Amino acid sequence: MTTFEAILLTIVTASTPLLIASLGELVAERSGVLNLGLEGMMAMGASCSFAAAVTFDSTLMGVGAGILAGGFMAALFAVVVLGFAANQVGSGLAVTIFGLGLSGLIGAPFVGARRDPVAPLNIPGLVDIPFIGRLFFGQDLFVYGSIALTVAVGLYLGRARAGLVLRSIGENHASAHALGLPVLRTRFLAILFGGACAGLAGAYLSLVYTRFWSPGMTAGRGWIALALVVFAAWRPRWVLIGAYIFGAATVLQLHAQAAQFGVPSQLLSAVPYLATILALLLLSLRHGRAIGTPGSLGVPFVPDR
Amino acid sequence: MRFELTPRASISALWRALAPVLAFITAFLIAGLVIWLMGRSPLAAFQVYVTQPLSDPWALQEILVKATPLALIAIGLSYCFRANLWNIGAEGQYVVGAVLGSWIALRTHGTDAGLWVLPAILLAGIIGGALYGLIPAFLKTRFGVNEILTSLMLVYIAQLILDYLVRGPWRDPKGFNFPQSVTFDPAATLPPIFEAGRVHYGFVFALIAVLVTAVILGRTLFGYRLRLSGDAPRAARFAGFNSKTTTLAVFGISGGLAGLAGMSEVTGQIGQLQPSISPGYGFTAITVAFLGRLNPIGILVAALVVSLTFIGGESAQIMLKLPLDLTQAFQGILLLCVLSADALVSNRIRFVVRGGAK
Repeated sequence: MTTFEAILLTIVTASTPLLIASLGELVAERSGVLNLGLEGMMAMGASCSFAAAVTFDSTLMGVGAGILAGGFMAALFAVVVLGFAANQVGSGLAVTIFGLGLSGLIGAPFVGARRDPVAPLNIPGLVDIPFIGRLFFGQDLFVYGSIALTVAVGLYLGRARAGLVLRSIGENHASAHALGLPVLRTRFLAILFGGACAGLAGAYLSLVYTRFWSPGMTAGRGWIALALVVFAAWRPRWVLIGAYIFGAATVLQLHAQAAQFGVPSQLLSAVPYLATILALLLLSLRHGRAIGTPGSLGVPFVPDR
Repeated sequence: MRFELTPRASISALWRALAPVLAFITAFLIAGLVIWLMGRSPLAAFQVYVTQPLSDPWALQEILVKATPLALIAIGLSYCFRANLWNIGAEGQYVVGAVLGSWIALRTHGTDAGLWVLPAILLAGIIGGALYGLIPAFLKTRFGVNEILTSLMLVYIAQLILDYLVRGPWRDPKGFNFPQSVTFDPAATLPPIFEAGRVHYGFVFALIAVLVTAVILGRTLFGYRLRLSGDAPRAARFAGFNSKTTTLAVFGISGGLAGLAGMSEVTGQIGQLQPSISPGYGFTAITVAFLGRLNPIGILVAALVVSLTFIGGESAQIMLKLPLDLTQAFQGILLLCVLSADALVSNRIRFVVRGGAK
């Protein structure tokens, strides 16, 4: 395997958690809910999945625990923003602060433990194709799953009736409510889906990407995933492209650090964050303001009868 | 059974005032539950978190010390939040303020530079924080970029800048390779208010910020504009109030106060630059601002209360071996409870049995 091939493989690994988390957030935002708790949900997914995987010595249990942890945080968020119609930005931040703290509590006994690599799902025959074999046909289940999820979310939002209902609720919840569409129920499910995705993305981080758990290991990936949704103008296809651009930037900056060009390592570490700001800026330069923003995004819904 | 949310016809002043208190009690009960689930005694934890700090003179001073940055930052954030703008990057503005101020402290280190040094350092702190806060504001007013994400990303960048400086050019050459700067000269150190005490003049700055903000909000056109653009943005636009100017102003103010907080902490408390100069004050201050209902006096009280959880968290870590993360988790729950209580003051929840009268 050449170095170049290895770099391409790590780019896939770095991009997958961003892609999964962004897709979940995209669905929640399309329903009109801004979930800033993503970072905390990812952190909870990472620590709970790692704790479960080590305790039961099972990756599958770990993944299940990660999804449940993300879903639990999402349910908490949903009760506050849907049930009480509390401010979404503030509540999301609170969930992030809470999740980062709680994940630290849960993960503390597992600092220092390691997991074995998850076996890739090699597709017989095809994986032996030179150069592209490993890249396209030798990935783990998460990677294939994330691509399938992108297609599924795209089809759901663009082709399914339920997706149309979800989008119309996100565009204008007052009109949707007047038409008898279930605003709160749809949003509740969308938030749960977003949380489960964030939990899965966190599980991928601790079980596949690093294979250990350390405090603060999400390192702002939840926030980058949020930015990706804006960058993608709320379209799943562009989330996929954006996640891979960001994954590539992260990996290349790590390789640049290892190569020691004489540039301070901190400058290279700042690349993903600088790139996020730059991406948001370029997008706004091209379109004036962020296009595709769901009309009711972030507005609490209190039915007016 | 399902529940329905309906806006309340009139908002009770009593409930409005009680909401933060009830939120605090709820958050305490939830935290107690978490501690109980961890197999510890919630009562013992309550004693370490609350009773002990309040009965120990040393810890009482420490509460004021930790409340200082919280109050300064939260007062600044209240300007943004009142105008419905989400500056969540106060942590970064705090760090950049501390960095720019420390630059003067390090340049004058070992020279007889006189009395102007300390004011210059503090001013540089304010300017550094304000300029850093203006970046997301400028990106928003000029290009329409969402301020939530940019201000947050700038936190990570600020922390990396600080990390680079204390490990690189600003590292103390005689510091045994520890990533820290030289210890600041006495001329560059914020003195304690009382001889041999712990509380430094940063607390006075916080009190001044509280008073000035109370006057600005209550008595000036700018304060009126701020309240209006938060409560009724359309009306504010029709009244000819420029939201762009307001955006730049509130980000400048909140960044400046965060920078002052950072500089006060470094010159009055730590005495040198290190890779980490804040246990997350910039984020905790968001909780403080809402717990204080965005009201200056309320914020001061809230800062003292939340400061207690930091002190309690430190002693709980030593005495009960409860990780410091518990404090952070509590602060998150507290913010959730405060926002929920706020929402419930203006909305009523009714439980409806399915099939019942609509």
